[in-house]
Amino acid sequence: MKQRAIRVTVNGRTHERTVEVRRTLADFLRDDLDLTGTHLGCEHGVCGACTIVVNGEAVRSCLMFAAQVDGAELLTVEGLADGERLHPIQEAFWEHHGLQCGFCTPGFLMTLYCFLREQPDPTESEIREAISGNLCRCTGYQNIVTAARAAAGSLRAGAS
Amino acid sequence: MKPPPFEYFAPASVKETLDLLREHGDQAKLLAGGQSLVPMLNFRLVRPGALIDLNGVPGLDGIREEPGMLRIGAMTRQRAVERSAVVRERCPLLAEAMPQIGHVQIRNRGTIGGSLVHADPAAELPAVVAALGGELIVRGAAGERTIAAADFFVGYLTTAVAADELLVAVRLPVAPPRAGHAFVEVSRRHGDFALVGVAVTVTLDGSGVCTSAAIAVTGVGPAPVVAADAVAALVGQRPATTAFEEAARRVSAQLEPHSDLHASAEYRKQVGGVLTRRALALASERAAGASR
Repeated sequence: MKQRAIRVTVNGRTHERTVEVRRTLADFLRDDLDLTGTHLGCEHGVCGACTIVVNGEAVRSCLMFAAQVDGAELLTVEGLADGERLHPIQEAFWEHHGLQCGFCTPGFLMTLYCFLREQPDPTESEIREAISGNLCRCTGYQNIVTAARAAAGSLRAGAS
Repeated sequence: MKPPPFEYFAPASVKETLDLLREHGDQAKLLAGGQSLVPMLNFRLVRPGALIDLNGVPGLDGIREEPGMLRIGAMTRQRAVERSAVVRERCPLLAEAMPQIGHVQIRNRGTIGGSLVHADPAAELPAVVAALGGELIVRGAAGERTIAAADFFVGYLTTAVAADELLVAVRLPVAPPRAGHAFVEVSRRHGDFALVGVAVTVTLDGSGVCTSAAIAVTGVGPAPVVAADAVAALVGQRPATTAFEEAARRVSAQLEPHSDLHASAEYRKQVGGVLTRRALALASERAAGASR
């Protein structure tokens, strides 16, 4: 088949669409759902800019097809903030200058979202390993690591 | 759109998958985790007529203990293997290699079977399976057959799986008592494919003499290189620096790597020896620790 009907929940909202089967998940989010917060850098699984959360796990949305997420729950960068209130990870990136141009940021945020849930109190080297699949050309990663540590702290404080 | 046009199939059983494979022949590509295939599609390096998605086929994933063996379903995610306590305990060489594969986002989707069948010459998993002497279980229309690791990796991106067959599982021998392991690699950046990687196991007897060992090297040829001659330098002896150095020299002499953008052949030969020495030292230390 060349087309497939899918039903997918993105950031809590359910969408029903018919997609061409070769449409990547990233293109589906950006072009069909107008969720352009997910960025596309390399489109072959190297840069990590398109990282989103599918059924609770961080994955590269350029390496999946929209046809594969029928029935899945997705979280993209648009789903992080609570209305006007930024998510603690976003807040920490803002506070610690974890971005300059911002192109890679959605990928970092979604990667860290999953990582900090699994490892709420990481060491610096664990953070560096966790974000090793995301490329940033501006910051030199220093402030991203600082932001990740700060985010871990405020998420722990919020949880207790 | 980046990928070329293809027909998409999402079979719901192994039988349906095999029927589709028979129908579409070598026009078909099986989609497992997609972490190698989808980049190749996006570059249009492959143009399959039919893409057969295995992600909805039940019964192909999971880690199961069998007598003396660990059976890992082909569609088991790499991340699940990485997190598995059973794998850490029973097959520590595999556990040590897991975090060195790609990045967490890759391992969340990437599968054990996908990596083995893709058979990238610099991948970690083929070297692990080759070092352990694992068995690959393949299913076709005629039924199941078991392929030894030594016969499975045929060459560059090529395995012994026929166009109408499907890899369903890999079986790995569990580590015996008084055994040690090590997987070490050199890569440009964490998560990159290895320039050279070495997987070793060392088993000692009660008096600390090496009774068996295995060495497999990745990144140095079209398929993992099993270094039997180097192992002979170690077996029957107490592990010691001189034996590690002799084994390293033999590995280096055996390797016939190619030069590419990332490293010269000479560099790879040299590093293959150095990593062998380090891996044997670490594995022997661990084996001695396990004996106490």
